[in-house]
Amino acid sequence: MRALSTKSADAAPGSRRVARSQRSLVATRRPLSRVVAPTLTFLAFLLVWSLVSRFVLDPDRRFLLPTPLSVVRNGILQSDGLVEMLSGLASTAEVALAGLAIAIVLGVGTGILMSQARWIEYSIYPYAIALQTIPILAVVPLLGYWFGFDFQSRVIVCVLVSLFPLITNTLYGLKSVESGHHDLFTLMRASRLQRLLHLELPAALPAIVTGCKISAGLAVIGSIVADFFFRQGEPGIGRLIDIYRQRLATEQLMTALVLSSLLGLSLFAVFEVLSRLVDRWHGVAKAA
Amino acid sequence: MLMGGMISNLLSRPFALASTPGERARAGAVAANRAAIASGVKLEDVSLTFPNGTQALERVSLSVQTGELVALLGASGSGKSTLLRLLAGFEKPTSGVVHADRSQLGYVFQDATLLPWRSVLTNVELPARINGVAPGLCRGRALAAIERVGLSGFEQHKPAQLSGGMRMRASIARMLTLQPRIFLFDEPFGALDDITRESLNQQLVDMFASEPFAGLFVTHSVRESVFLSTRVVVLSPRPGRIATEIPVPFAYPRSPELAYSAEFAELTGKVARALREASR
Repeated sequence: MRALSTKSADAAPGSRRVARSQRSLVATRRPLSRVVAPTLTFLAFLLVWSLVSRFVLDPDRRFLLPTPLSVVRNGILQSDGLVEMLSGLASTAEVALAGLAIAIVLGVGTGILMSQARWIEYSIYPYAIALQTIPILAVVPLLGYWFGFDFQSRVIVCVLVSLFPLITNTLYGLKSVESGHHDLFTLMRASRLQRLLHLELPAALPAIVTGCKISAGLAVIGSIVADFFFRQGEPGIGRLIDIYRQRLATEQLMTALVLSSLLGLSLFAVFEVLSRLVDRWHGVAKAA
Repeated sequence: MLMGGMISNLLSRPFALASTPGERARAGAVAANRAAIASGVKLEDVSLTFPNGTQALERVSLSVQTGELVALLGASGSGKSTLLRLLAGFEKPTSGVVHADRSQLGYVFQDATLLPWRSVLTNVELPARINGVAPGLCRGRALAAIERVGLSGFEQHKPAQLSGGMRMRASIARMLTLQPRIFLFDEPFGALDDITRESLNQQLVDMFASEPFAGLFVTHSVRESVFLSTRVVVLSPRPGRIATEIPVPFAYPRSPELAYSAEFAELTGKVARALREASR
């Protein structure tokens, strides 16, 4: 019996692999500029900031924008204040992570549900959009009445703020499956669950991780907003920000600001790494 | 048993003969259906109009039985692919009747339609997995099919790492794991270079010669249609209708030399003229 083979006729993929490894060599050289360029931007920003604070502002009003050096001296290097801020940050992070985890489960679940039938999608979608457009500040007092002014309400705020991108990205990802692949699964007479598990979810995974990336930042913002309103329990960094604002303690305020954005950034970085791993696994790597 | 014969030639015997309860049930369903359709596919007076008003097919009747390899030839828009999609159940006819036992169908798509996140091996295994064949058996069948299409050594490669021809081979291997008896080819070699295409054509002909199946092969190429088939069906475009059917009398096995014979030239000329007439 003849084998269905024409090895000579097919181009061996080896040559292609060589080309790719050369390209990745170029890619490893590039990161230097990717580090240097943003660092330069940051230094320029610090310089302009210092100049404005020192030479533009009236000395009486300098407390509104202290120099970067003074922020470091009075904000970051003050150990008491820093400990207070770090524990606040930990509490905020805890709330944000809990909120994000719940939002991922709810959002992906809702996205899957909506992808199952048009009527389900139609009956949920307007409210998902509404969720996105409700001013969260107006909802916060209501949540307080209903769920108390503690951890629980803070988590709920995070969920509300970060849910929408997860729903839409999941739905978009599930619907991005090529029609040829759907035909294939129809031909194999796959059940709806098999289609979901073996085709739609794997195809949607990159989009879902992108949703997580967006929502991670939103969850941190949600957590800080919630800190402002729900003052029972461990104080989060948002509550400290409010206190510093009242005291006109601009240095501490700015330190808290930097710390909060670091929290958002590190969450983003985690999902960025995850996203790269998923993309590589997903294999739609730019082959041509 | 009809099924056993062909399958065991397609895949090496030990794997083909072992079957799961699910498969036996499938075989039972096949047997029940066989009386109605014998072993082939049939369209009776089938028309299809898409929701946007385009009439794709008009009153098409066509039957393909085991031992027939029918080439569907026609210009773009003559409904060749649509006809195959009807048989596979991807589309429903507006009127008329489609007879096709879907459990016997193997469909080779225009694109390889491999899942990019799966390796060659796990892609080829997929249909058997989905159909509840035991994992160990899936693996064996997949490896046999991969060897059969000459992709041994590439089991762990992702589709993006393969050439177009190799992807199409993987796609054919995947179809073989379901052990079909009716083969629908939707212009599978259209995107390949001539050398690869010719060699895959030769092997398809050999496969058919060694164990005849019921096959429908969509193509744009007059030469390919005559070389492969027992009968060329010419479709006219918009709406798709059967213009003529031209029998191809050459015996199997067919060798590449056939393409240089006077009879072959005469017949391709006849088919080309019919295609030109139909596409006018």
